[in-house]
Amino acid sequence: MAVNKKAPVINNIPYEEFKDNETLEQLIQELNAGGVNVCVAPLDKLIDWGRSNSLWPLTFATSCCGIEFMAVAAARYDMARFGFEITRNSPRQADVILVNGTITTKMAPVLKRLYDQMADPKYVVAIGGCAISGGPFAKSYHVVKGVDKILPVDVYCPGCPPRPESFLYGMMQLQRKVLVENFFVTTNRKEHDPYDKAMDEQYVELLNAQEKA
Amino acid sequence: MSNQIIPVVVAAADLHQHLATLKGEGYDFLELLTGVDWGEEGLGVVYSLTKTSDGTMTHVKSVCADRENPYIDSVTDLWDVANIYEREVFDFYGIKFLGHPDMRRVFLREDWQGYPLRKDYDESSNSDICLEAEPISDMAVKYTIKGDGTLHEERTPIFTDDDYVVNIGPQHPSTHGVLHFRTALDGERITKIDPHLGYIHRGIEKLSEGYTYPQTLALTDRMDYLGAMQTRHALCMCIEQAMGVEVSDRVKVIRTIMDELQRIDSHLLFFSCLAQDLGATTAFLYGFRDREEILKIFEKTTGGRLIINYNMIGGVAHDLHPDFVKDVHAFIDHMRSKKVGLKEYHDIFTGNVIFQTRAKGVGVLTKEQVISYGCTGGTGRASGWHNDLRKLRPYAAYDRVKFNEITFDEGDSFARYMVRMKEIEESLSIIEQLIDNIPEGSIQEKMKPIIKVPEGIYYSAVEGSRGILGVYLESKGDKSPYRLHYRSTGLPLVAVMDTACRGSLIADLITIGGTVDYIVPDVDR
Repeated sequence: MAVNKKAPVINNIPYEEFKDNETLEQLIQELNAGGVNVCVAPLDKLIDWGRSNSLWPLTFATSCCGIEFMAVAAARYDMARFGFEITRNSPRQADVILVNGTITTKMAPVLKRLYDQMADPKYVVAIGGCAISGGPFAKSYHVVKGVDKILPVDVYCPGCPPRPESFLYGMMQLQRKVLVENFFVTTNRKEHDPYDKAMDEQYVELLNAQEKA
Repeated sequence: MSNQIIPVVVAAADLHQHLATLKGEGYDFLELLTGVDWGEEGLGVVYSLTKTSDGTMTHVKSVCADRENPYIDSVTDLWDVANIYEREVFDFYGIKFLGHPDMRRVFLREDWQGYPLRKDYDESSNSDICLEAEPISDMAVKYTIKGDGTLHEERTPIFTDDDYVVNIGPQHPSTHGVLHFRTALDGERITKIDPHLGYIHRGIEKLSEGYTYPQTLALTDRMDYLGAMQTRHALCMCIEQAMGVEVSDRVKVIRTIMDELQRIDSHLLFFSCLAQDLGATTAFLYGFRDREEILKIFEKTTGGRLIINYNMIGGVAHDLHPDFVKDVHAFIDHMRSKKVGLKEYHDIFTGNVIFQTRAKGVGVLTKEQVISYGCTGGTGRASGWHNDLRKLRPYAAYDRVKFNEITFDEGDSFARYMVRMKEIEESLSIIEQLIDNIPEGSIQEKMKPIIKVPEGIYYSAVEGSRGILGVYLESKGDKSPYRLHYRSTGLPLVAVMDTACRGSLIADLITIGGTVDYIVPDVDR
């Protein structure tokens, strides 16, 4: 049997795009350079550390990405290594909702209710093209063009469906976010988003400096 | 071999009589019911009937010229599956079926404005995002015609006041997707199930009408993602046969092997999820371990794991990877090994007394019921219905391989499970017969840069992982289809759940749903 000796070339997203893992940690270090509260800071750190390593996802899957999510949960990719393995069937027990798949007009109120039922602190990860922007179905009459129209999304994980490695990377990015959240006081105060309008001038300057650097 | 169909046009008044006669002649399986908007000519329905004895088909078309208030006689009394098909047509085209017991929307919200698959549908008539909970009606609507030609609307309650109704879904880990069963209970016994679909309805058929033929291919993989190869195979085959393109022997064999690998993939996932739903987590891990091997084979050749995008019009996208033959041999040996693979599944799960008690004698479907409900695939074969298209109407390279069509007579959950486990063995045997002598040839026929299908109506079907997967294609000679309709393998399977579950315990709903094996994105499209 004659076969093409050359393996097919697959165009991936460039790896360099996925190498920025330190920004948040560096930012914290810089902000902490002037000293922190002796009591509260280590306690915050401990809480963040605990939270970030036991994120319990809700078993929520509408389509294809859900099957890849199962593959991530199975032995080969084994998300138990990162503390995500305890999938919960009730939103009241879950920390993070992974939006696996297309959200349609009919599903949107259900998803919103699921999110509202979750206890704070809660996070949203948009998995796959459909959850990010509607993906291949963006022109459809019955598809919500991006889950961020109804929920505040923490991490976007592109792909159709994303590879299991990409899932894990997305979840690890969420862990990094959780690790610094007490410093930025984003937990339990979602209604006062510090990134929004009430942003400190000093903080804006710091961000600018960060950008220049 | 052309797959063009020329439906017999029957006036709406004689339609029911005509179909009843055909059913009497042996066309006892309603394979497909397609609503079409023919513009000036009116709205209408194409019925595709099949003889279960030899697989021959006939097509009947009926048109109602009145676009404002279209109605056709219902055929729910002839075929049970017509119930859900007619609701689908009503949902998308607004055709009212007279005498249908439950004429509600099935996919879209009940407060949806307009009928989206009509050619004159206004996209702006519904808002993108609606965050209020959906109003769910408790009244079934029945339309009949009065003597003066006007429609009479009759409303009857779906559940009685004494019914205890439990909502299962849309967010439930064991419904295999987002599906909503309103289940009426008497104690722990199920008395009625009212399925609500459409939580993942993406309007693929409408989207396809705006895409060129190669673009429509991209959406097929995302319908039944465990039958991605087969769905795409069906559409490619339909377009090729319509254009009179003959693909090379090599492509036929590659497609057959890929279809069978996909079938094993799907059945392994079926096994894993069923085990997981019944609480056997170890079996789930075993199934996924072996499934990864298939995904690796797919990935090497095509670059995709789940959404594969491999078949193209006139061929396949890439040639086989140099390791393909070796990998497939290794996989076959692994599955047949005395220690791991299928042997292990039977050791850990099939023989388990808890599983056997929960599956044997539960959710029995008779042969008459599965034919009337159009439950093809493993569900039909578990009840003794020989419906395997690979035998009935061979396509690709299935005419040159030897394999058995697995059937059982029990029709219970255990038979449905065993059909799939045995089919894995048959699929391995089919692959083994083909893998060592893949013929030489081109992997892609030369096609015109812009693909146009000649005017006409075409129908092709393949045996998907879950049953007959048909593609109805109507072309006006343009570069995009005028109407593209898929025979969803899962829709009849969801429709049969009410019959299969009545009288069973509520916990058996999970076993029955798992063994019937529907995939919701394929049901909703």
